[in-house]
Amino acid sequence: MPAKMQLTKGNEALAMGAIAGGCDCFFGYPITPQNEVPEVLSYEMPKRGRVFVQAESEVASINMVYGAAAAGKRAMTSSSSPGVSLMMEGLSYIACAELPCLIVNVMRGGPGLGSITPSQGDYFQACKGGGHGDYHSIVLAPWNVQEMYEFPALAFELADRYRCPAMILADGVLGAMMEPAIIADNAPPPTVPEKTWATNGRNGRAHKNVVNSLVIDPYGLRDHNLKLQAKYKKMQCETRWDTRDVDDAEILVVAYGISARLALSGCKLARKEGVKAGLLRPITLYPFPTEPIAECAANKKRVLVVELSAGQMVEDVRLAINGRVPVDFYGEMGGVIPSPVEICRKIVEAAQ
Amino acid sequence: MLEQTILAGFGGQGVLMMGKLLAQSAMEEGISATWLPSYGPEMRGGTANCIVVISDDEIGSPVSESYDAVVAMNQPSLEKFESKVRPGGTMLINKSIVPIKASRDDVEVYYVAANDIAEHECGSTQAANVVMLGALQSVRQKLKSHSIEKAIAYVFASKGQSVIDSNLKAFAAGMTSLHQNATAC
Amino acid sequence: MTTAMNQQDGTNRTPDTEQLVDLKCVFERPQALSDKPFHYCPGCSHGTYHRLIAEMIDEFGLLDRTVGICPVGCAVFAYEYFEVDMIEASHGRAPAVATGVKRSLPDRFVFTYQGDGDLASIGMGEIIHAAARGERITVFFVNNGIFGMTGGQMAPTSLLGQKTTTSVDGRDPRTTGHPIKVCELLSSLEGVAYLARVPLTSPKNINTCRKYMRKAIRAQTEDVGLGLVEVLSPCPVQWGMKPGDALHYIDETVVKAFPPGEFVDKLESPIKT
Repeated sequence: MPAKMQLTKGNEALAMGAIAGGCDCFFGYPITPQNEVPEVLSYEMPKRGRVFVQAESEVASINMVYGAAAAGKRAMTSSSSPGVSLMMEGLSYIACAELPCLIVNVMRGGPGLGSITPSQGDYFQACKGGGHGDYHSIVLAPWNVQEMYEFPALAFELADRYRCPAMILADGVLGAMMEPAIIADNAPPPTVPEKTWATNGRNGRAHKNVVNSLVIDPYGLRDHNLKLQAKYKKMQCETRWDTRDVDDAEILVVAYGISARLALSGCKLARKEGVKAGLLRPITLYPFPTEPIAECAANKKRVLVVELSAGQMVEDVRLAINGRVPVDFYGEMGGVIPSPVEICRKIVEAAQ
Repeated sequence: MLEQTILAGFGGQGVLMMGKLLAQSAMEEGISATWLPSYGPEMRGGTANCIVVISDDEIGSPVSESYDAVVAMNQPSLEKFESKVRPGGTMLINKSIVPIKASRDDVEVYYVAANDIAEHECGSTQAANVVMLGALQSVRQKLKSHSIEKAIAYVFASKGQSVIDSNLKAFAAGMTSLHQNATAC
Repeated sequence: MTTAMNQQDGTNRTPDTEQLVDLKCVFERPQALSDKPFHYCPGCSHGTYHRLIAEMIDEFGLLDRTVGICPVGCAVFAYEYFEVDMIEASHGRAPAVATGVKRSLPDRFVFTYQGDGDLASIGMGEIIHAAARGERITVFFVNNGIFGMTGGQMAPTSLLGQKTTTSVDGRDPRTTGHPIKVCELLSSLEGVAYLARVPLTSPKNINTCRKYMRKAIRAQTEDVGLGLVEVLSPCPVQWGMKPGDALHYIDETVVKAFPPGEFVDKLESPIKT
C-alpha cells in the first residue's frame, strides 16, 4: 500500500517508523509518556513475525537489546527519562562492544521521579555519554511527527554504519501530539549491511565470534578507546541541522526538538514586532553542528538558546561560538513549556 | 491564518475526539494542524482537554499563552480555561450542564445546549461534542464545513454508516443552534 | 600425542608407531573447548564445569549453533574457553542477554554460565523473570557460596556462620539474612522445565551432573522451558581450605543447606502453551 498522509500521534508514528526501519526486536518496560510505542509494537511486531518482549525492567530491556544486537538483529528499546537512566550501564557496554541498536528517550521532567510532562533535561546524559567511560551515541532530535516516523530508520542506518548505539531524543509533547504525517503502511524492508561479527552461532564459520566489553590489559583498552575515538571523529560528517529565516536575521535562536517549535513561533512573533529573528535547529545533537552554528552566528547581533532545561545544549552552543557573539539563554524546567510570547520578548530584548 | 483552540470537558464527553475532528478537517484541506492532549494522572481524574492549532503556514508551537477559541463542555473547564481566551476571542459553553455564566466581558461568549440538542437530534447525549463542533464552526469558520463533514465520515468510518449519519446530523444541528437560540454577550 | 612424547624426552627419536596405533584414545579435549589454559585457582571446579559443558555441546552436536553468555565473576573470561560464539554480559544480566539472543534466533542453543553473586544477588530479577517467561535457555549455575573474584566477600548463598571478608565473625542472619536457595525458589515458577542441584565433588557426582545437564539442555532443545543445573562448587582459596578439605566440606556441610537432587523435571510432560 502506498504511503499516505495520516493524522498520527508522535509515539505511534515512532513505532510504525521502527517497523519501516527494519526493527527486528523490541524490548521495553512501560513508562509515561511513551506508552503508545510498546503498545503499538506489541501488536504490530508479532503480526510480522518479529519479536516483542515486555521486559521486567529497563535494566533487563537494555540487556535484551544487547543480546539481540549481538545476534546481528536490528534491536531497540523505548523509555522515558528515569527508565533511560536505568539503561546507562547497558548502553556503556553496548558502546564498548560496538553494537548497533536504537534507544528512544521520550523525555519527561526530572530529576528523580520528576513529572510526566515534557522536558529536555537529558541532553547531557544523551550527548555526553551518560554511562561510564568515554563513549558517544549518535543522538537524533525530531521536532515533528513526520520526523518521529522517519528517524528510527535513519537511526538504525547510522547505528549499523558506525556500529554504535543511536538514540532518538524526543519529549512528552512530541510523543503525545498528533499531526498529519506521511506514513507507509508496508514500506519495503531496508537494506541491512552484513554483520560478520555477530554472535549468531558459528554455522560453518571457521572461527568463533565474541562480543565483549572487557579489555583487561591497559594498553589493549587504550587502543580500543583510540579506535572508538577515531570512529567518533569519522562520525562528524553525519551532522545534520535545519534553519528558518536565518539569512537576514539579527538574532539567531538555537533550539532543538519541541523547543525549536516554540522558538519558531517566537521568531515569527518577533518579526511581527520588527525584530528579524531566525532559527537554527540541530537535528543531530551528537555529532553536534558546531561549525554550522559558528558560521551562522558570525554576523548576528546576539544568539538566544531555548531549552526545556536549566541550560544544557547552551554549553555546546557557547563552545561553538567561542565568545565571538553574546549568547543568552532562556529555559523552563519541570515540565513547564516556555511560551512563544516569552521567547519573542527575549528576542526583542536581545535586539535592543 | 493561525487558529488556536482549547477543547475541554469531562473524560467521556469526547473532547479529544472533537479536537481530532478539527485537526483531521484541516488535513483534508491540506493545511497544517497539531493536536495535543493533556495526558497522565490528570486524565484519570476525569477531566480532559486538548489544544488544536491549525494554520496555512508551518506550525511552530502546538501550545499558546492565549487562545482564539475555548470550548468548555463542563463547569470545571470553564473555570480553568476562561482566562486563556485572548481578548476578542470566542468562548463556547455547554449550557446543558454548566449552570454558571462566563465572567469575561472582553470575549464573545456563546451558550449552546449541546447535550439537549444531541438528545433531541440523535437520541443520545453522546453526540454533544459534535453538536458543539458545529456551533464552533458556525462562529469561527476557519475551515470549510464540508471538510469537517468529510472528517466525520472518515473518523467514524469503522463504526458504520448509521453512526456517521447521526454525527452529521448532530454537526448540522450544532451549526444552526446559535442562529436560533444563542445569546452573544 | 606423538609430539608431546618427543618434546618430553628431548630427542628426535622416531616413536614406536606400531605401538601407538594400538593405543586407544580414551580422553581428549572436547571440540567445543578451546586449548587456552584455564586461569582458575587450584582446586576450583569452574574448569570441570566448563569441560562438562563443552562435552555436552559436542554430544548434542551443537557446536555450530550455540551462543553462550558469560557472567561477571571468576568465570568472566569463559568466552576464552569455548569454541562457540560467546557474549560477555554485564553483572547479573546474562538471562536478559540470553533472552535477546534466543528470541531473535529461536533455533540456536543459548546458554548462560553464572556464579552465585551474578545470578542470586545482582541478577536475581533477571533469572526469576526469564524463568517465569519460560525462556528456552539453559542456565549453568555455579554456587560456591562466596564472591571469589573480588576477594572472598559474603554471597547471598554463604552459609550461616560462614566467615568471609565482609562477615569476619561469620554470617549473622539477624543482619545479613539467610542463604538463598535458588532451585527451591525457582521451582514455583511455571516456566521452568528442569531444575537440579549437584555437588561437583566426586567422579560419581560429576556423572550425575552430566545426567542433569543433558536434561537441562533437552528442556531447551525440546522447547519445554528454562533448564538450570546448580553445581555446589568449592572455592578453596577464599574458603581458606585445602582443595581436598573443601570437597569434604561440601559433602558434609554445604549439602545440608543446599540439598542435591532434581527439583523440577517436566521433560516427560511438556508445557502446552
